[in-house]
Amino acid sequence: MATREVISSGNELAALAAADAGCKFFGGYPITPSSEVMHEMSDLMPERGGACIQMEDEIAGVAAAIGASMSGVRSMTATSGPGISLKAENLGLAQMAEVPLVVVNVMRGGPSTGLPTRVSQGDIAQAKNPSHGDYKSITLCAGNLAECYTETVRAFNLADRFMQPVFVLLDETIGHMHGKAMLPTEEEVTVGIKPRKEFTGDSSEYHPYGVAQDEPAVLNPMFKGYKYHFTGLHHDKNGFPTEEIETCRKLIERLFNKVEAHEEELESYEEFMMEDAEFLLIAYGSVSLAAKEAIRHLRAAGIKAGLFRPITMWPSPAKRIKHWTDKIQKVLIVELNIGQYRDEIQRASGRLDIEGLFKVNGRPISPYEIVEKVKGM
Amino acid sequence: MAFNYDNYLRVDKMPTLWCWGCGDGVILKAYIRAIDSLGWNKDDICLVSGIGCSGRFSSYVDCNTVHTTHGRTIAFATGIKLANPDKHVVCVAGDGDALAIGGNHTIHGCRRNIDITFILINNFIYGLTNSQTSPTTPQGMWTVSQQAGNIDPTFNACKLAIAAGASFVGREKVSDPKKVEKLIAKGLAHKGFSFMEVLSNCHINLGRKNKMNSAMENLDWIDSITVSKTKYDNMSEEERKNLLPTGVLHEDENAAEYCEMYEQVKLVHQGKRKTITQDDFAKKI
Repeated sequence: MATREVISSGNELAALAAADAGCKFFGGYPITPSSEVMHEMSDLMPERGGACIQMEDEIAGVAAAIGASMSGVRSMTATSGPGISLKAENLGLAQMAEVPLVVVNVMRGGPSTGLPTRVSQGDIAQAKNPSHGDYKSITLCAGNLAECYTETVRAFNLADRFMQPVFVLLDETIGHMHGKAMLPTEEEVTVGIKPRKEFTGDSSEYHPYGVAQDEPAVLNPMFKGYKYHFTGLHHDKNGFPTEEIETCRKLIERLFNKVEAHEEELESYEEFMMEDAEFLLIAYGSVSLAAKEAIRHLRAAGIKAGLFRPITMWPSPAKRIKHWTDKIQKVLIVELNIGQYRDEIQRASGRLDIEGLFKVNGRPISPYEIVEKVKGM
Repeated sequence: MAFNYDNYLRVDKMPTLWCWGCGDGVILKAYIRAIDSLGWNKDDICLVSGIGCSGRFSSYVDCNTVHTTHGRTIAFATGIKLANPDKHVVCVAGDGDALAIGGNHTIHGCRRNIDITFILINNFIYGLTNSQTSPTTPQGMWTVSQQAGNIDPTFNACKLAIAAGASFVGREKVSDPKKVEKLIAKGLAHKGFSFMEVLSNCHINLGRKNKMNSAMENLDWIDSITVSKTKYDNMSEEERKNLLPTGVLHEDENAAEYCEMYEQVKLVHQGKRKTITQDDFAKKI
C-alpha cells in the first residue's frame, strides 16, 4: 500500500478524506467541536468543482446534503450531538428513501448543550437509532488520526453500497488532535471508490425499490430520464406512497435485512496484545489510545491485558466480542459515557458481569485511571 | 385542440387524493400549462414538495420528484439546485409547511436568491390534518385548535418574501386560473428566487366551519379579500386595509443569483480569480 505522510487534525482529515473519496457536496451548520470539518470543506469542495454551503440551521444542513445526494452526487454533513438531534427526522427520511450520506459526528458532552468544547462518547446509543422507526444504522468510529481519514473514505463506499446514511464518530479529542498520520495516497482512494449501483436498461423496466429482500434500492441520478419518486412515506417499487399491507411489511423488513444479511461486509475491529491476554479491555475512539498505554503499564506489572477495539460500532462485531468474552473471565469496558456500549457488550456476550470504567465530566480518561481500575478488579 | 395534460402527469396516479373542488387541482393544471408554455424538458425539472395536501403535488407530476419532510422543501431544493445549477428546481408547499414549520427555510431561501421557483399554496388552514390554525388563518375564524376563534395574528407571505430578499414575488388566486398560469410561467422563467403565493380554497376544512359551505362560497370570500396590484396601488391606506394585492408584486432582474455567485467562489478556490470583496457588491450592508 502506497502511503503519504500528513500532519493534520482529525477534523481536517475527515474533510480531506471526503474530497478524495469523490464527495461533491457539503451542507452544514457551525457547531463545536466539528466546525473545522465545514471550514475545510468550504475550501476543498469549490476547489474540486463541488459545492459547500452553510445553511440556516442544522436541519437545513442535512436536508441540503440529502437533496444533493438524491440528485446523484456523493454528499456529506458534519455536526455534533445537538446537531444530530436536530437532523434526526431527515436522517430518517434518508433511511426510508435509501439516500446515501456520510454524517461525521464529533462528539461533545451532553445531554442538551452539555459541554461544547469538551470530550465525550455520549452519542453511541443515539447513533444506533437517531430517528424514529425501524432500520439498521451503520456507524464507524475512528480511533486515531489516520482512521479519521480511512473510516471516512470507507463510510462513503458503504453509504453507496447500502444506500443509507453512514455515521463516522469522532470525539472531541480525536477531532482536535493534531499530529502525523500515514494515509493511503489519493490515487489509491480513487481506485477504491465503489459508486452506487445504476440501472442501465429501459426506463419502463426500472423499479428502483423493487429489489431482493436483502438488497438496497438502486437509485439512478436525477435528470437522466429515469424518473421515480422519493418519499418518507411507505412506498412501492417505484417510490410512490402506498398503504398496501404486504408492500409496507416488505419495505421495512428489507431496510433492516439489507444490512443485517451482510454484516460481515461491515465488521471491523482492532485487537491489541490479545494473543495471550488474560484480561480483556474494551475501548473505542480516543479512549482506546489511553487503554493501549494502560496495557503497556499493566504488562510491565505482570498483568496480561489486551484491548478489543470495535471500529464498526453498529452493527457491532458481536461474534468476535462473544469469542473473547467466552474465553476471558475479566472484562472491563472504558467509555466516556455511562455504559452506552456496555449494553451492547452485555447483549453480545450474554454476560451481565462486564465491569465498566465511565467518565462523564468532559475530561479524558487517563491511562493511570485504567491501570488503577484493572488492579482493583 | 384541447390541451393534453397527460404528457406531464403520472396518469396512473389519478384521480388525486384532493377533495372534490379543491384549488390544488387548478394550480396543478396551471403549473403544467406554464411548463408547457416554456417548452422545458420534463427530465430537466425536479419538483420538491413538503407535507400536507400540497405535498402530494410531487406524486402527480411526471418529472424528477421529491416528497420531503414537513417544512423542508427549500432546504432539500437548495442542495439539489446547488449540485445541479443547470437544472430547474421547483418547490410546492402549503401555508403551514412554508410559513410555520418551514418559515426559517422560506426566509433564507429568499435571502440567498437561489434560482428556485417556489409556489406557496395558501388555503389559510391546515387542511389535511382537519382544520388547525395556520400562520395565514384570519383572526376570528374557527379552527379545531382554537375553537373559541383564532386569536393569532397572520403573516402576509408576499411582504415577508420581499423583505427577505426574493427577487420575484407575486400573488394570484385559483378563481383566476389563467392568471395563475401566467404568474407561474413568469416565476419559472425568472433567474433567482421566485416566490408565488396562490390563494386557494379549502371549503372542507376552512369553509364549512366558517360560513362558507361550498367551494364557490370559499372562492367568493377569496375574491372579496383580493384586488389587482394596479388598483391596490391607487388606493388609500384605509381602503387597502383587509385587501391583498394580486399580480407581480416585486421583480428585480439584476439581483445576483446564488449559484452564479457560487461559480465565482469556485474560481477563487481554483486560483482563477482574486478573493471576493465588498467591491463586488452594490449592496454593502
